Amino acid sequence: MAWTKNVLRVNLETGTCTTEPLNMQWAQDYLGQRGLATKYLVSEIDPKVDPFSPKNKLIFVTGPLTGTMAATGGRYSVVTKGPLTGAIACSNSGGYFGAELKFAGWDMVILEGASPKPVYLLINDGKAELVDASHLWGKTVWETEETIKAQHQDPQIRVAAIGRAGENRVLYAAIVNDLHRAAGRSGVGAVMGSKNLKAVAVRGTRTDAYQMANPEAFFAATEAGKKVLAANGVTGQGLPTYGTQVLMNVINELGALPTRNHREVQFEGAHDISGEAMHEKRPTDGKANLVTNGACFGCTIACGRISRMDPGHFSVKDKPQYHGASGGVEYEAAWALGAANGVNDLEALTYANFLCNEDGFDPITFGATVGAAMELYEMGVLTEQEVGFKLPFGSTEAMVKLAELTAKGEGFGKVMGLGSKRLCTKYGHPELSMTVKSQEFPAYDGRSLQGMGLAYATSNRGACHLRGYMVSPEVLGIPVKMEPQATEGKPAMLKAFQDLTAVVDSAGICLFTTFAWGLADIQPQIQAACEGDWSEERLLLVGERIWNMEREFNLAAGFTAKDDSLPPRLMKEPAQTGPQKGAVSKLDVMLPEYYQVRGWTKDGVPTAETRKRLGV
Amino acid sequence: MKITFKLFASLAVHLPPEARRRHRIDLEVDPGCTVGEVIRRQGVPPAQCAIVLVDGAWVAASEWDSRTLTEGQALAIWPPVAGG
Repeated sequence: MAWTKNVLRVNLETGTCTTEPLNMQWAQDYLGQRGLATKYLVSEIDPKVDPFSPKNKLIFVTGPLTGTMAATGGRYSVVTKGPLTGAIACSNSGGYFGAELKFAGWDMVILEGASPKPVYLLINDGKAELVDASHLWGKTVWETEETIKAQHQDPQIRVAAIGRAGENRVLYAAIVNDLHRAAGRSGVGAVMGSKNLKAVAVRGTRTDAYQMANPEAFFAATEAGKKVLAANGVTGQGLPTYGTQVLMNVINELGALPTRNHREVQFEGAHDISGEAMHEKRPTDGKANLVTNGACFGCTIACGRISRMDPGHFSVKDKPQYHGASGGVEYEAAWALGAANGVNDLEALTYANFLCNEDGFDPITFGATVGAAMELYEMGVLTEQEVGFKLPFGSTEAMVKLAELTAKGEGFGKVMGLGSKRLCTKYGHPELSMTVKSQEFPAYDGRSLQGMGLAYATSNRGACHLRGYMVSPEVLGIPVKMEPQATEGKPAMLKAFQDLTAVVDSAGICLFTTFAWGLADIQPQIQAACEGDWSEERLLLVGERIWNMEREFNLAAGFTAKDDSLPPRLMKEPAQTGPQKGAVSKLDVMLPEYYQVRGWTKDGVPTAETRKRLGV
Repeated sequence: MKITFKLFASLAVHLPPEARRRHRIDLEVDPGCTVGEVIRRQGVPPAQCAIVLVDGAWVAASEWDSRTLTEGQALAIWPPVAGG
């Protein structure tokens, strides 16, 4: 079986590490990773717990395909109750950490309590111990990884760490592994900081950590899957060459690129910060921002961006530590740091993104919070005196300064660390926060793409594009083309996307495979890896079960149907330009139908029949 | 009549070198010209045209030869791409 069947339970308060067998009945019902860890979490914590209480738990988890030869099989997730939203938080990351955890022999690490002093968890195959991290507290993610590797004289240790943002409980702090891959959203890094846990460092060398149910069939299924990815135009050519950033011009042309805190839907500087622009030689030094693409463990797509900044750029002129190649902007980061606040300086975006990686905070929520602050400033609500400098839309200098302050937890950076909902509420304008359940929108306008608006409103972890990517049908025509402004059929399509995404997130593979793979490509890989009958129907049922389990947790935490809503700007202020001109969200048309196809009451609660059918 | 013709990502090689950075050229075409005719005339491999937008609105491959362009419209084309 592709599970190691081992769970590592770490009590941070007492400093004990214990081993327990994986609940195999739950593995059969929830598959792994997102689904399985969420099952553990909801079974062990009070949904109303304060996310920063020691009673909240933090779970690092792999999937059955993590660390296998399945293409993109390098994913892991971090599951907890999120401090930004107060909802279930599940944040997914790539890189090499997840596979290493599996090679060490663990499906899951459950961290409970809070340590009385800073520590890091060191896992060396079957041995786990908490190590004093006093010397690492106050250090960045990058310094922490370097120090741990040097300390143990092992460059092959994989490290997932928090930076100063996590220590300072920035509500959208990330956990960063392999220097620039991140469990980025919902503030999982702040929960880690609240537990005085600086890092999890893993070295895995076991070749017997797991066994495939049917090795020959697995070899055949994964080979077939890789051929499909290679032959597909998106996963074989588009993503490796241009990364996700290629969407910048597409979404702008469609009139769906939220600009200046969603006041507009098209950005005049979109081209300057696009994937194409990353390939162009800079007039200043004759070099392109993009150095090469990069891949996570086992990935045959390699969409990652590795960038090198112009060393003469004002933001890094006297900072040689940022002159080397590092993780460049992906589409979401480029949008949030750029269009969301009107900044079109690609080098500045790259620098701010470096800071997000270096000190561990989510560039989406950070960038969107900059946009909200800029709007408050332009309204005269936020003053130069309060911020410490001028903060108009489009100010590259201000965006860079805010990134530095947020990373360090200094000055106005402390307020920025609260996210836009709390920022806007503090200054009397909660309606200007572009959020759902207090989490900021990603890079698609919910007015211009009606299905995405519904996806944001119903996402279990707050506004998110990775819970039901309706951009696929609404923009890319995958698997079928749906008109952006249409509402018909979208609730059912979204449900299918949400359930399938829950399966992918629970398997240990990357969601980007689904640009080429359907469930028919994924199912044989899971079937060959895992014992039991894993038909497509059963997998979709698992996905639906996971979605409903997350919903039940949120309802128990205090969320209601009222929280499945969009800000008034998206409901009342029409898009002003482009092909979607005049559009507002038709959420009120789609939401009742969505509840119906989900088998929920008109109040958004799973019916007794639905609960019984899913066994939630 | 004049239209704006935009090619992005790897399709930009089908634009004149001086226009590739901005991904667009102005084209003089006959009134009644179709999307398909422009694609062929500009030497863009149809199989590489995955996203075809006229003024931001999707035109399915089955409609390329029936969809006529009007003065001032923008035809924008991408190869297979996606993001996240």
